[in-house]
Amino acid sequence: MNVADKKRLLREMLFARRFEERCYEAYVERKIGGFLHLYSGEEACAHGVLEAARPGHDYVITGYRDHIHAIKCGADPKKVMAELYGKETGSSKGRGGSMHIFDVEHRFMGGYALVGGPFPLAAGMAKAIKMKGGDEIAICFLGDAANNQGTFHESLNMAKVWNLPVLYVCENNLYGIGTRIDRSTAVIDQYKRVSGYDIPSAQTDGQDIEAVYKAARKAVDHVRGGKGPYFLELMTYRYRGHSMSDSNAYRSRDEEREWSGRDPIIILRDRLIEAGEITKQDYKALDTEVLDEIEDEVIAFAEASPEPRVDELEKYTFAENDPWVYGGGR
Amino acid sequence: MAEIMYWEAIRRAHDEEMARDPMVICMGEDIGVAGGTYKATQGLYDKYGPERVIDTPISENGYTGLGIGASFLGVRPIIEIMSVNFAWLATDQFFNSAAKVRYMSGGQLTAPVVVRSAGGTAHQLGAQHSARMEKVFMGIAGLRVVTPSNPRQAYGLLKSAVRCNDPVYINEHELMYNMKGEVPDEEYFHPLEGSEVAREGRDVTLFGYNVSVHWCLQAAETLSRQFGIEAEVVDLFALSPLDRAGITASVRKTHRAVIVEEAEAPVGVGAEVMAIINEECFFELDAAPRRVSAVNVPIPYNHKLEKAAIPNAGDVVTAVRKMLGK
Ligand SMILES: Cc1ncc(C[n+]2csc(CCOP(=O)(O)OP(=O)(O)O)c2C)c(N)n1
Ligand SMILES: [Mg+2]
Repeated sequence: MNVADKKRLLREMLFARRFEERCYEAYVERKIGGFLHLYSGEEACAHGVLEAARPGHDYVITGYRDHIHAIKCGADPKKVMAELYGKETGSSKGRGGSMHIFDVEHRFMGGYALVGGPFPLAAGMAKAIKMKGGDEIAICFLGDAANNQGTFHESLNMAKVWNLPVLYVCENNLYGIGTRIDRSTAVIDQYKRVSGYDIPSAQTDGQDIEAVYKAARKAVDHVRGGKGPYFLELMTYRYRGHSMSDSNAYRSRDEEREWSGRDPIIILRDRLIEAGEITKQDYKALDTEVLDEIEDEVIAFAEASPEPRVDELEKYTFAENDPWVYGGGR
Repeated sequence: MAEIMYWEAIRRAHDEEMARDPMVICMGEDIGVAGGTYKATQGLYDKYGPERVIDTPISENGYTGLGIGASFLGVRPIIEIMSVNFAWLATDQFFNSAAKVRYMSGGQLTAPVVVRSAGGTAHQLGAQHSARMEKVFMGIAGLRVVTPSNPRQAYGLLKSAVRCNDPVYINEHELMYNMKGEVPDEEYFHPLEGSEVAREGRDVTLFGYNVSVHWCLQAAETLSRQFGIEAEVVDLFALSPLDRAGITASVRKTHRAVIVEEAEAPVGVGAEVMAIINEECFFELDAAPRRVSAVNVPIPYNHKLEKAAIPNAGDVVTAVRKMLGK
């Protein structure tokens, strides 16, 4: 990772933060409905891992906290915001919403709202990659609490038995909604849990993007090298509530303060300032630039876009005019 | 046209589709080395190898999800779930992922998987091996549900299902795998929508699907021979979407309907067909439609109790006679 990369990543992570915080505002203004899960505080996880992978080439899948993963894969932030606004120009044409961002062109294979749902889907994509003989890998990002689902164990087992090119990334933010990990989970260190499947794993600071990148480099090389699945645990924290209705009453202010002191954007910023690569003023200017872009381009696009037509309500339920439905004829 | 068994028809469809397209795979418990509980994949492991004929761990939700994920990238998995009772465990991935992904991605992704399993009540297998789940599958938007009543349909429906771009559930029957029937020697693709008139008649329509088509045909024979009643039998091989036009056309002709289902009545095929009749041709009816369904109990082990729980041709005859006052 050279200085130019770090500067770019600083901008990307700052953009991600400002994007999410702007979603928060839009939700309060009732422009965005439903459930909204923000990624603020966890930016170094997606950015660090995908920096080590090949976004747009590797297949990425995740849960409902999915905006930033999609954007890092190459999805247009305008389309992601338009999706949150429920617009026809949205990445899923307004049919998906915040939890179901898809951008198949950039191989972002979706956000899924069933906790643990993507585990086997990722293994399946890896199976397909293997059959086709490509050099892609499948990457699945999910939370810590998802590891208590059966799909976690079923998928790890199959991935190992069939030596599938899949990287499981656990974004361990210590909570599943309001339940702290030690109250729900017998083994706190998630990377230890996969030893039961003989899958190599590691645990890393998820707030320091360079640490994430380094660990992910090793993980990605392992998987792409044909050595089978890998499990990477990133220790992180979400700065907002689980979703918009959550006041974080179950977390201590001390704990929150401790983690705000480890903000992934500030860590990288200060490192760049210390190295003399940027100044405080540069960072301020960057922030203004990002905020303007979000307002003038992203929000403006979402606002101006049309809603889906009600007469197209049933579109996308089934494939259109599939000849095999009619016995191959017609 | 050769007479082959239901299981052989399914096996042949697998074999032809796998030979044609290297992206077609099949997966399930004991389907490979062991050849499949009902022999539907017999010999395929030797022919296509372990990468395409996959013996899975006993993880129904996991391997169904894996098949769905593979289908996102163009693989065409045929997933066998040993018994439909175990399919409950896979409903999360099948319903939440496969059925919804096209819609919630705005048409970007599709999950062209086939899930097939042995449904129905066999002989004394007890409550946890006797479920009939077709009603559950047919209530899910985004899924196609078909159910073959004979080897020709079993072959042709699987052929079409593999090629169709939608997720398809094929409801087979434990007791039908050894049933013989004619299957065309040349390739045959059965439509995934519609219905078939299995017997023409004018006095009443008997709607059946899968095994109950045979009860209807038996009953129609008895009704004709002993009571001079000419029953039409309509085979609803497609349960979702149901054939509105076909159902209506037959009722317009006979003006009477009896729906025969192996499952319990609540929220079932009978209820759905009856609703369609009410909506489409209520004023064509000469009598209130009736359902012949299973008794609403977990299926008992005892053979007498089991027999009493599941309908048969005699029950169909009784229902028609009551309806016609004969
Ligand atoms: C199958 C299922 N059960 C419950 C929920 C409700 N739910 C949504 S997110 C969540 C917590 C998940 O926590 P974690 O996996 O750690 O991810 P995080 O939200 O912390 O990123 C729960 C219980 C759900 N969406 N799906
Ligand atoms: Mg969590």
